[in-house]
Amino acid sequence: MIPANFTYHKATSVKDAIALSQTHGEEAKYMSGGHSLLPMMKLRFATPEHIIDISKIEGLSYIKEEGDLLKIGALTTQTEMEHSALIRENYPIFSDAIKLTADPSVRNVGTIGGNIAHGDAANDQPALMLAMRATVIAEGTDGQKSIPIDEFFHGFYMTALEPSDVLVEIQVPKTKKGSGGAYHKVERKVGDYATAGVAVHVELDDSGVCREIGIGLTNVSAVPMRLDRGEELLRGKKITDDLIEQVGTMAGEDCEPSSDLRGSEAYKRSIVNTITKRMLNKALERAQQ
Amino acid sequence: MKHEITVTINGESVTAEVDSRLLLVHFIRENLDLTGTHIGCDTSNCGACTILLDGKSVKSCTYLAVRADGAEITTIEGVAAEGTNHPLQQAFHDQHGLHCGFCTPGMIMRSLDLLKNNPDPSEEEIRWGISGNLCRCTGYNNIVKSVQQAAKEMQNQSETV
Amino acid sequence: MFKCKTSAEVGGMGHSVKRKEDARFLHGKGNYVDDVKLPGMLTMVMVRSPYAYAKIKSIKKDKALAIPGVLAVITGEDLAQYNLHWMPTLLSDTQMVLPTDTVMHQSQEVCAVIATDRYVAVDGAEAVEVDYEPMQAIVDPYKALDEDAPLLRPDKEGQKDNQIYHWERGDRAKTDAVIANADVVVKERIYLPRIHVASIETCGCVASYDKDTQKLLVYLTTQAPHAIRTVVALVAGHVGLSEEKIRIISPDIGGGFGGKVPVYPAYVVAIAASFLIGKPVKWIEDRSENLVNGFARDYHMDCELAATKDGKIQAFKVSTLADHGYTDSSANPSKYPTGMFSICTGSYDYEHAFAELDAVYTNKAPGGVAYRCSFRVTEAVHAIERMVDKLAAKIDKDPALLRLENFIKKEQFPYDSPLGWSYDSGDYEATLKKAMDMVGYDDYKKEQAEKRKEGKLMGIGLCTFTEVVGAGPSKDFDILGIAMFDSAEIRVHPTGKAMARFGTKSQGQGHETTYAQILAEELGIPYTDIEIEEGDTDTAPYGLGTYASRSTPTAGAAAAIAARKLKDKGKKIAAHLLEVSEEDIEWEVGKYFVKGAPEKSKTIQDVAFAAYTNIPPGMEPGFEATHYYDPPNLTFPNGAYICVVEVEQETGAIDVKRFVAIDDCGNIINPMIVEGQVHGGLTQGIAPAMYEGIEYDDEGNVLNGTLMDYLVPTAVESPHWETGHTITPSPHHPLGAKGVAESPTVGAPPAIANAIIDALSPLGIEHLDIPITPAKVWEAIQAHT
Repeated sequence: MIPANFTYHKATSVKDAIALSQTHGEEAKYMSGGHSLLPMMKLRFATPEHIIDISKIEGLSYIKEEGDLLKIGALTTQTEMEHSALIRENYPIFSDAIKLTADPSVRNVGTIGGNIAHGDAANDQPALMLAMRATVIAEGTDGQKSIPIDEFFHGFYMTALEPSDVLVEIQVPKTKKGSGGAYHKVERKVGDYATAGVAVHVELDDSGVCREIGIGLTNVSAVPMRLDRGEELLRGKKITDDLIEQVGTMAGEDCEPSSDLRGSEAYKRSIVNTITKRMLNKALERAQQ
Repeated sequence: MKHEITVTINGESVTAEVDSRLLLVHFIRENLDLTGTHIGCDTSNCGACTILLDGKSVKSCTYLAVRADGAEITTIEGVAAEGTNHPLQQAFHDQHGLHCGFCTPGMIMRSLDLLKNNPDPSEEEIRWGISGNLCRCTGYNNIVKSVQQAAKEMQNQSETV
Repeated sequence: MFKCKTSAEVGGMGHSVKRKEDARFLHGKGNYVDDVKLPGMLTMVMVRSPYAYAKIKSIKKDKALAIPGVLAVITGEDLAQYNLHWMPTLLSDTQMVLPTDTVMHQSQEVCAVIATDRYVAVDGAEAVEVDYEPMQAIVDPYKALDEDAPLLRPDKEGQKDNQIYHWERGDRAKTDAVIANADVVVKERIYLPRIHVASIETCGCVASYDKDTQKLLVYLTTQAPHAIRTVVALVAGHVGLSEEKIRIISPDIGGGFGGKVPVYPAYVVAIAASFLIGKPVKWIEDRSENLVNGFARDYHMDCELAATKDGKIQAFKVSTLADHGYTDSSANPSKYPTGMFSICTGSYDYEHAFAELDAVYTNKAPGGVAYRCSFRVTEAVHAIERMVDKLAAKIDKDPALLRLENFIKKEQFPYDSPLGWSYDSGDYEATLKKAMDMVGYDDYKKEQAEKRKEGKLMGIGLCTFTEVVGAGPSKDFDILGIAMFDSAEIRVHPTGKAMARFGTKSQGQGHETTYAQILAEELGIPYTDIEIEEGDTDTAPYGLGTYASRSTPTAGAAAAIAARKLKDKGKKIAAHLLEVSEEDIEWEVGKYFVKGAPEKSKTIQDVAFAAYTNIPPGMEPGFEATHYYDPPNLTFPNGAYICVVEVEQETGAIDVKRFVAIDDCGNIINPMIVEGQVHGGLTQGIAPAMYEGIEYDDEGNVLNGTLMDYLVPTAVESPHWETGHTITPSPHHPLGAKGVAESPTVGAPPAIANAIIDALSPLGIEHLDIPITPAKVWEAIQAHT
């Protein structure tokens, strides 16, 4: 399988990328790791006339804590995340997810920004971003803008990014005492897209009451999905086994899976229910450490 | 559209003109005649095309040749000097870690990256570490043993250096 | 156990010597078909049908031909001018090379684009405009037999419906009577789905016809190069491709498993293209083409097993519906349209059995090849081994005990099975007991009882199978009339080193080592001094190839006998050199010596040198021998496999905790290679048991035609296999060997299925078809709770 003809452009800076995109308009696509886009091009599901390679742009690969935020450069590869001591020790939710995303060679190339910008509800990072209430920093013709994650995902492969916007950074709240997150997905075999996945991020106050909670779901809706009802139920309460049970049920009810090769709708709802409960428990455990 | 690229392949610098859409695996196999890197699928699932790109294992069927401009590439042909075995090659031989040999170059390239980042992996870490490389012949038991033997040998070598 | 007769240096039978073929693969110097590059070589890409069943109204080539570098678009109409648009299958059916008016399955070859390179050829294929008129496809094989079902093959004379053939073996009336009167009868419809071998190397060829010499050279991913040469000559003889001008080279093969036995239409188109254009043409299948064209299994089996109330098996009956797709292109011996399916009576001693099968056409890809198993043995073993477990559950008897009480006993061999096989040797009881000891069966039974009290789902599954391999004796076994012998040709050079060639073709099995070890065993020449060659029809002796675990049973035997011919000649030479009579010469590994005077001896190397330099008067010079081995019987490898699983009730997740495989493959030539073959076969056993299956929708579209959705197990899904052996040598094989590579693929799926179903049995679940996925388990649990 061979992609259709296109013209390759290497962007040397974000500004350069934006300018190239402006020049070539709708027929141009950005490529970072390329492990979502290139397979689609080989299958000729996507036939862009121009590919703007943003992977060589300097300075977009970093993981750092600044103020109250963890900032991740969009071109940081999944492997760099996996090997980062900071991530491993303080943000285990990423380690949970990355181990289950594709395989090590794909993770060597695949970027955190690309995983989000692709706008695919089957990717793992969107659920994490929802759970952690991330902010997406994008740069476009009008300069930089912050997009709250709840305004980011618009539809199947559609996001708030304008065609020339480059996703440059992801910001999530810095880990603090009483916060914890966890992710798991059921997959048919290692490296598969999720049958269903659930990300949970919880922040407890000193008395153990849930100050903030985020629950994101993978691949059980057309658009990466937040479990609003479950979050509302838990926010401001001490999280008990009974509440966890109720939220699991809500997750199973509220998700919007369809039957396919990965299983029936009912099976997926049941899986979402189970994993939601397990991840709530795991996140709580981590928050209490 | 043609692009001039320069890559270092197995220690040798090569400059070539490539089309935008040329896949790195075809550049390696057909332009450079290094046919040890194989193609087993089109969807980056099988790992037969795995090479090292700037020291990291990469599936060359899902990478544009033009993007490799300036990179250092190692293929199976460059793993050891001619007539000698890298500890991984020796271990795959000793432990019967290959049958038909088609997945073997990719397995070895992937294992190189794995051992670089984790010099003493457990069986489970090896299994997860090579999970992007499919083998249809061996049932993986002996591939795991091969990587374990190589890990030991490479650690011994680095200790004696 | 087997005791080595040779030293480690000589490396005869029983030594785990390292493989001779490894070096080239480890250094990227293997030579697979896609590595072949010939001057002026063109590339071919196939245009394939998006529909499962459609009329072709027109094929427009113009846009494709307008692309610079596209040289030709070849259609069925073009081939029809040479009468090459249809070809015969191995089983007297016919298959389109390229269609002239109708496509019969999704992804069928519609036309071929020939271009100067791969990229341009793909662009050309995209630019060909085909106008289809889709029709309602028949996907369900049961519906294919409906009276009002459309006739799929009106092109076949006398074809009135969609049935291809009916086959039966055994005594229906007696079997029915025993079943009708039995204390206990268990019944089940068992489906073994379509699967694909998915060797990591796909199929491909480079066809090169020279218009001046009129010679055709084809590099081909084939497990049977000689058979292909004959087929090409038979199919294309009328256009001047005569067998002596055809050379097939099967270079290094990246896994075969049965998928590289058939003649795929694109091979024929590539040959035709090269013949017409006069330049080499390469075709390499992409992964989706590979997965969607060709298959194994697709048997729907209605099984009935009858027994006394204490579990003595009395009769087995199985009626099968086989979905062959639009043509029967099964790769089976001519007289065995259902392969060796009649091995389905299993490892048990009872009198009555009946098996019948109806094969039907549907709008699916043809295939019917193996998936690392001898002709349809996996289907047979799955049927009997599931039913034996079902019987055990029904009468509440330990499935191990039930098996032990019903086994054919070792003193009953050779054993005549109810459906006509003569099992050569085995000790089923010892094999199962060894497996039970190794896994710790009794302890697991206790653990299971405890876990069940806690409401946890744990299962222990057994499979005690008998295979039938090594086809086969010429009185029964042929392919297109050619008897299924195999061959070896040995040349010992003056310096005592040797070269041997075979009619088989390794695809990873390690023939270059195993055959060298057989010759080392027989001649005492170190295995490192023996080069092995296969796969080139210009040089290798005629043979039927490597599949169905036949290489060691046939070509391995040929090697031993050819070597014995040499040894006999050597004895005469040794007598001449030692100046004694032939009767006074004795042999021990690697040397001839004078009876009673062992200090007076000549090595095999001395004798080889003399065969070229100091020949006894009247003797033909040289030290070479050839043998074509016609086996007197098949061989019957067997084994006992035990699998332990835990199932999570909430999610259906399945955890394979242990898997123990004890194999009896007779005498072992290289234990390391045999163990490796078993490991690989086990992973190809868990694959269909839990992961793989080609899925179709109602329109006949394949839903999982890439490796993203066709789930080949990785190192993570593949358990840590535990293996062992019992040995009962085959009494009729010159080396006592039986063949091994496919036993694990046959034995593992029922063991795994039995384990999972055993785990679920407290919920009342009695059967699940493979692949048994967590999703399927979850659905079954919902239906039973």
